[in-house]
Amino acid sequence: MPDYAAEFELIARAYEQSGGDPAGLIDKRFASLVVSHNRILHSNSIPGVRIEGEETPTGARARITVEPGTLVVHPVHLCFGVLPKEGLQEIISDFQVGEGAKVGFVAHCSFPNAVHVKHVMQATIRVDRGGQMEYSETHYHGPDGGVEVLPVAHIEVNEGGLYRSWFKLIQGTVGTLRLDYQAHLKKDAVCELDARVYGKKRDRISINESLFLDGENSRGLAKSRVVAADDCVSEVVGEAVGNAPNARGHVDCVEILKGPNARASAVPKLTVVNDRAKLTHEAAIGSVDKKQVETLMARGLSEEQAVDVVVRGMLR
Amino acid sequence: MLQITGLNLVLGGRPILHDVDLQVREAEIHSILGANGTGKSTLAAVVMGLTGYQPTSGRILFRGEEISALPISERARRGITLAWQEPARFEGLTIAEYLEISRQQAGNESPGAKECLAKVGLSPERYLRRAADATLSGGERRRVELSSVLAMRPKLVILDEPDSGIDALSIDHIVDVIRTFARNGTAVLLITHHEEVAAIADRSSSLCGGTILKTGDPAAIARFFRNHCQECPHVNEPIREEVDRA
Repeated sequence: MPDYAAEFELIARAYEQSGGDPAGLIDKRFASLVVSHNRILHSNSIPGVRIEGEETPTGARARITVEPGTLVVHPVHLCFGVLPKEGLQEIISDFQVGEGAKVGFVAHCSFPNAVHVKHVMQATIRVDRGGQMEYSETHYHGPDGGVEVLPVAHIEVNEGGLYRSWFKLIQGTVGTLRLDYQAHLKKDAVCELDARVYGKKRDRISINESLFLDGENSRGLAKSRVVAADDCVSEVVGEAVGNAPNARGHVDCVEILKGPNARASAVPKLTVVNDRAKLTHEAAIGSVDKKQVETLMARGLSEEQAVDVVVRGMLR
Repeated sequence: MLQITGLNLVLGGRPILHDVDLQVREAEIHSILGANGTGKSTLAAVVMGLTGYQPTSGRILFRGEEISALPISERARRGITLAWQEPARFEGLTIAEYLEISRQQAGNESPGAKECLAKVGLSPERYLRRAADATLSGGERRRVELSSVLAMRPKLVILDEPDSGIDALSIDHIVDVIRTFARNGTAVLLITHHEEVAAIADRSSSLCGGTILKTGDPAAIARFFRNHCQECPHVNEPIREEVDRA
């Protein structure tokens, strides 16, 4: 029989290392879900926010429902992780934000000891008419880079709805990241996808953010910031498809290389189907901007410190 | 304080600075007047030691020490800084954090960030938490740059056209800030196109063809610039006899 209390303490500590406040995991005012490997250690629903979890042999299924019209005051706390050196964690999640509801999620994923871990996050997200959902996911990894992280999300934002997400993988060394988010937007819907990743050592980073602007006046932003250091290889694909009149989409990618062996590529894919849609993109790849570094050096920072300030700012 | 002697810079086989001799005294405001493309910003880059601007020959002494081989950071630690005409923008870095970098360099002598912003006419309440990024207008960013120099309390600041793109009403603010530098004991090497800004200098030099033509009283140098340089038919090809006659 696994010791759930001891494991909760360990995963809460890892959660704290990744920047989370463990008090939020046990505070009854906060809806929350804690999954370590394939064990649901804690789950708390609150009025208007229902969390239903089910353990599976390789992870967990979670269905999170926000009732229509609910304004959730405190963010919903989600904590996932694998503490042993090896393991597979598959989280299959289904988020439903009801009409006119407003909710924020704070998710932390921790793999402090990983040598050979696979972490799959497969999410289906539906924001109903006029609903708003914000989702922030922060990763914490150890120094060895033995994790395969596969976050996949299929997002549907209905009329007048809003979805914003921030994916951050800055601490530690991941190993492999293959992020794939696809968002479909209806009339007057807004979606912003933001990914920030610091790849180190032999990390392999792949980011794919796609916006399908299917509804009239829909607005989308696919933004990515990647720093590739050491032998890291990074590839970013930002896609926008304008299918409706007055749809506006923007793809914004910046990748910075640190070191002679790092590699980065950026592929903006813009497709206009409706001639009244408008899509734009900007991409910059290269070393840290010389003028930024020299400006900070002229204030007394060393070159290394200046590069660090620029990089940390960009990934913030 | 700053003594430049026989300075030459050749870039891509082209001479850019030619036998530059220039002295800036302690707490002096020294303006440099020159038409576009005469080497003013290049001179600023050489003094600050920016990448690609190592002098081909000549000496740059700062308080008696040869600095031409020092990296930018070392020059900054000795008290030299530069405010760019088009300052860099920093994603994710708040103005408060940006000013704090300068304040750390100054140590206990640094005025507070709020004071520095107020001095350049920016409300601390509105600006401290904003990012020093592309959301700032050119004028706002230049003022933030001046406030960061105020926070650093350098011994010498090179101001590369601090009045560029600033509306006429705000010029008074800029002039006031430049005077504050001097009052605080900071020497100013001021590059400007505005005669009213250049007029506040203690001494001025005119630059043409990458060389200093004349140094002296700001009013006399401004007059020379107005009469000979503003509509000059032979920019960067100064005629020595004409200069001597003027």
